[in-house]
Amino acid sequence: MIRFEHVNKRYPQRGEALKDLSLELAAGEMAFLTGHSGAGKSTLLKLIGLIERPSRGRILVDGRSLGDLPRRRIPYHRRGIGMIFQDHRLLNDRTVSENVALPLVVAGMARREVGRRVRAALDQVGLLALERAQPIALSAGEQQRVGIARAVVARPPIILADEPTGNLDPDLSSEIYALFERFHEVGVTLLIATHDQERVSRMAYRILRLHQGRLVADSGNW
Amino acid sequence: MTRRRFQPVNRRRPRSPGLSRRRLSAWLEQHRESALESLWRMLRQPLATLMTVAAVAIALALPTALVVVLDNLRTLGGDWQRSAAVSVFLAQDLDEAEGARLRERIAQRPEVATVALISRAEGLAEFRAYSGLGGALDQLNENPLPVVLELQLHPSALEPTHLTPFLATIEALPEVAFLREDAQWAQRFQAILGLLRAGVALLALLLGLGVLLVIGNTIRLEIENRRDEIHIMSLVGATNSFARRRFLYSGAWYGLLGGLLAWLLVTLMVWLLADQAASLANLYHRSFALQGLGVADVATLFAGSALLGILGSWIAVGRHLGLSDDI
Repeated sequence: MIRFEHVNKRYPQRGEALKDLSLELAAGEMAFLTGHSGAGKSTLLKLIGLIERPSRGRILVDGRSLGDLPRRRIPYHRRGIGMIFQDHRLLNDRTVSENVALPLVVAGMARREVGRRVRAALDQVGLLALERAQPIALSAGEQQRVGIARAVVARPPIILADEPTGNLDPDLSSEIYALFERFHEVGVTLLIATHDQERVSRMAYRILRLHQGRLVADSGNW
Repeated sequence: MTRRRFQPVNRRRPRSPGLSRRRLSAWLEQHRESALESLWRMLRQPLATLMTVAAVAIALALPTALVVVLDNLRTLGGDWQRSAAVSVFLAQDLDEAEGARLRERIAQRPEVATVALISRAEGLAEFRAYSGLGGALDQLNENPLPVVLELQLHPSALEPTHLTPFLATIEALPEVAFLREDAQWAQRFQAILGLLRAGVALLALLLGLGVLLVIGNTIRLEIENRRDEIHIMSLVGATNSFARRRFLYSGAWYGLLGGLLAWLLVTLMVWLLADQAASLANLYHRSFALQGLGVADVATLFAGSALLGILGSWIAVGRHLGLSDDI
């Protein structure tokens, strides 16, 4: 589903964030991406979502090389990827359900269908009761779950999460990871970046470890 | 839970852009949503919106009001033009029969629309009625007034190049004592109107540019305030045209609402001045009703203001949206 072939990413100021990185993630696979801050986890995720372009190498998503994708096609590529961020990236001047609806609205889905799907997504993350709330009024864990609902509402085949539990206490983190496992069960490909080494080693999933832009450990396919 | 394939929403565009009915209605709905969303956003900040709309309205109201003034002057001018006549005073010793013969000759000139003969007796009666010198006239033994021919000219003959030689020919006739022409100042009036119209057009151009800047600047600020939103929209797969569309609709709304307010202002102004204009006209024994904006003028105002709004926001969006570059 996701394939990196000798990918380099160099930033003008910071130097090389990724060095000769190759990896492959099968469809429906769930994997953790670990490493210290600055190891290149976020950069790797950004390359998949075409938020950044690689300096060298090739990235394939669903069999298609991203290098061949013209700029105007980028939005359509992103609609197939649900992205979850450490800081949620919610819009505070909109309600919870309006936030969750965004990917559907920008894709031009009919209003009635949007409402149905938004409620289904909020139900999945256990926030249906809060659909009219403003994100700012929610706890950090709830905000993150709104972010997750937004990422899955369009039912993308791929979900990328960048430190989704970075600001959460262990109990709330467990809830979030339980959600990810449920998406995994229904066949979504998940790649989750985290520095919570201890937790991921307790969970039986593939672990990709980055160090200074290189893939230094890969626990293999599961 | 069962294992199933997830289908992304609208991940790929259909290969052929054939506008099936469903796609068309989805497209229309998207536009409707964007338009309403923009309007709703503006109404949520009523004061800021009102300021922009008022600035646009005042800039539009000025040339619109001048157009109203010019239209009314033109109506007046038209009246004058119709009455633009040349009075030909015949020599004292000519009687009505000779005057009638001259009238036949003059009526054959192409410049002349109609010729009316005012006999000495009619002239005297008219003079008695309007001058207030009836008593003095009674003292006179004989009618001192000559026969007068009143010429109505074709509008084409009012061009100075035609008029001057024509008048010279008439004046040179031996039967004619002197001429008095009303046409000339109607003609000057037309020239002044033409100049004013050109001035209003230039002013409208300048103020239209002002509207463009006001709306462009408002949209620029809006873009700055909504950077996060634009960024997040882009992350969840919004196309550039989707992001752009809302701002273009905002611009259109600012323009249209400004145009609407300008129309209200001008209508109010006409209403306030109508009585004054009527009583002024009354002093000149004229019936004159101040005309407001015609339907075509209003349509032009609304369409023009909306277009200015779209253009202004288009410029701002092009310069400041910075789409899909450094995301």
